[in-house]
Amino acid sequence: MPGGQGAYLLVLGLCLLGAGWLEYAFRTRVLRRWRRLLLTIGPIVAIFGAWDLYAIAADHWRFDPLSVTGITVGAGLPLEELLFFIIVPICVILAFEAVRADNGWAAGDEAEPAALAAGDETESENPG
Amino acid sequence: MSYTLLVVLAIPLVVVVDLFVLRTRLLTRRLFWVTYAIVVVFQLASNAALTGPGIVRYRGDVIVGTGSWEGEEVPFLGGGRVFFAPIEDLGFGFAMVLLTLVLWVAWGRAGVDREPRSGPPRLRLNARRREQPSGERD
Repeated sequence: MPGGQGAYLLVLGLCLLGAGWLEYAFRTRVLRRWRRLLLTIGPIVAIFGAWDLYAIAADHWRFDPLSVTGITVGAGLPLEELLFFIIVPICVILAFEAVRADNGWAAGDEAEPAALAAGDETESENPG
Repeated sequence: MSYTLLVVLAIPLVVVVDLFVLRTRLLTRRLFWVTYAIVVVFQLASNAALTGPGIVRYRGDVIVGTGSWEGEEVPFLGGGRVFFAPIEDLGFGFAMVLLTLVLWVAWGRAGVDREPRSGPPRLRLNARRREQPSGERD
C-alpha cells in the first residue's frame, strides 16, 4: 500500500492538492474568509463526526490498521476522519467559488437588491 | 440501524434544510449542480482510493452491497458498489456536500465574510463569462 500507515493521509493530501490551486487560479478568496469557513466546517465536523463515531461503534465501517496512523481524537475519532471532515468541505467550497467566479452565477448570498435600491443610509458597508 | 437507513434519512433531512429551513435553495441553482458534478468525479476517485485497497472496510449486513470487513476484494461496479465504494457513500457524500454549501451560503447571506467575493479568475475558461454577477436564479 503506497504510504503505509500514511495511506489515508496521502489520499487527503492529494484532494487538497487537487483543489488548492483553485484559490489562486480563480481568486476564490476562501481562505481569506476564514470566519465563514470555520462556521461552516464546525457544524460539518460535529454532525458527520458524530455519525462517524456511531458507525465505528456499531461496526458499520472500520479502518485497516496498516493504512492509518492509529491516532484518534476526542471520543475515538480517527485523526484521518477528522481531517476528512475539514478537508473535503474546503475542497467543495473552493470548487463552488471557482465555478461562481468563472460563470457569474448567483448563489443567493449576494447583497440584497432591495436594500441597495432603497438607498438605506443607516445600512453600513459590509465590514471587512 | 444500517448505514443504508441512515443515508436514506439524512438526504431528505438536508434537502429540507436547504429548501425550507435555511431556504438557501441551492438545489434549484445551476451553480450547485455544476459544482456537484465536478465534486462527484473527485469523490468517486478518492472514495475508490480508500475503499478499493480496503483502507476503509464495511460490514456486509449494514450496506446493500458486499461487505469488506476483512479487506476482501470488492467489485468495481455492481453488487451495490460504485468504483469499489458502497453506494451509500454516494448518499453520505451528497448530504455532506449539500450541507457544506448550504451553510457556506447561509453564513454569507447573514453577512459573515460575504466580502471579498471570488473572482475575477486568473484562468480564463469560460468565454461567455459576464463581468458582473448575473443575479439570475438558475
